[in-house]
Amino acid sequence: MTVRVTKRDYSLLGRDSQTAVESGLATAEWYHTDIPRKQMKELMQRSDGPAIRDTIIWFAALIVTGGLGAYLWGSWWCVPFFLAYGVLYGSASDSRWHECGHGTAFKTRWMNDVVYQVACFMIMRNPVTWRWSHARHHTDTIIVGRDPEIAVMRPPDLARLVLNFFGILDSWFAMSDMLRNAFGHISAAERSFIPEMEQPKMVRIARIWLAIYVATVAACFWMGSILPLMLVGLPRLYGAWHHVMVGLLQHGGLAEDVVDHRLNTRTVYMNPISRFIYLNMNYHVEHHMFPMVPYHALPKLHEMIKHDLPKPNPSIWHAYKEMIPAFLRQLRYQDYYVRRELPPTAKPYRDDFHSQAAE
Amino acid sequence: MSNWVEVCAADDIDEEDVIRFDHDGRTFAVYRSPEDQYFATDGLCTHEKIHLADGLVMDDIIECPKHNGRFSYKTGEAKGAPVCVNLKTYPVKVDGGSVFISI
Repeated sequence: MTVRVTKRDYSLLGRDSQTAVESGLATAEWYHTDIPRKQMKELMQRSDGPAIRDTIIWFAALIVTGGLGAYLWGSWWCVPFFLAYGVLYGSASDSRWHECGHGTAFKTRWMNDVVYQVACFMIMRNPVTWRWSHARHHTDTIIVGRDPEIAVMRPPDLARLVLNFFGILDSWFAMSDMLRNAFGHISAAERSFIPEMEQPKMVRIARIWLAIYVATVAACFWMGSILPLMLVGLPRLYGAWHHVMVGLLQHGGLAEDVVDHRLNTRTVYMNPISRFIYLNMNYHVEHHMFPMVPYHALPKLHEMIKHDLPKPNPSIWHAYKEMIPAFLRQLRYQDYYVRRELPPTAKPYRDDFHSQAAE
Repeated sequence: MSNWVEVCAADDIDEEDVIRFDHDGRTFAVYRSPEDQYFATDGLCTHEKIHLADGLVMDDIIECPKHNGRFSYKTGEAKGAPVCVNLKTYPVKVDGGSVFISI
């Protein structure tokens, strides 16, 4: 593996993509902590109970907060309800989309599929495109030129990060992609990771969504109020902050181009409310190492393998105090990253695999 | 012409589980269903060449451990994204307490 001397090329069809394939970084075999098969099977077992409970709470909270927000529309009393509704719509949908995309939220397949479609609409991620992009993210996690879901590229674009706390750029690009797909246009990058047989589904979904948004905007004109958009669409902006806040911590400031999730992924202990919104994805090293383990079993998995992982950040605040200085330093030194120390009980990093990150 | 190859003792595979079997430079996945029947497929997922024996068997489905691609291990049929290409299946028999697959 060679040390990078030129600017990174994050495009999926660019120079670094080709380099990753040639060097064996693409579709590589990744490090896994050893877990006996019997225990792994227990961890992987599916169950409908936890996800039904959490989905009922989620939908009930959406109905109550959205309903009261609409009822109190026109007075300041609606603000706290829309603040809560926004997070439930524009942030909780991120983790629901993700978990149901893995097929691990529910045991029953159709339940996964229904929540997946609803959550994808809320978070404005085409369910076909993002199923495939996320598969690639798990194959080539934070491999430059291969992973389509690198949230913070080097040097970090701090203005973009701030804007995305309000969903501004993400929503703009999501709407652009929806319009483009609805009119049948599929980009070269999309073609690079979505099989041809899946592409018509992507177009069909984009058209359905476009019809829903057109109907919502028409309802606004008919009512002479933006209230319909406050309930459908805009929460993706005013409620995005939580999913961006926790999502940046997944890989932000950590290594690129390694094949050990302990080096490029972060586990952070969080409060119960954030864990509900985020569906336990704060155990992110564990999730990447074993994507088959449902969200409700991740705390148990964490207890089983934490001896082999870097010490988790004890809070969101602590993790930001680690990540933000790393971003600032990467503005000047693109090769800088936070190298997470392993406990003495862990198997050491194989630096022969990660010569670049070991610099 | 079939070539029966011994895989393991029948009891070496738990019910509703799978094991990996390597033979002659190839890798296979051998399954025991909840109905106590045995099946065999190619050992690697057709999506990203991940060993299916590390995955989860649920009824007649094997789910890939990396991207949760699902196949029927009885027919090899791919059950949806991100897997699109079917798995190859192989005949299996149990004889004298051992599992054999025909390669």
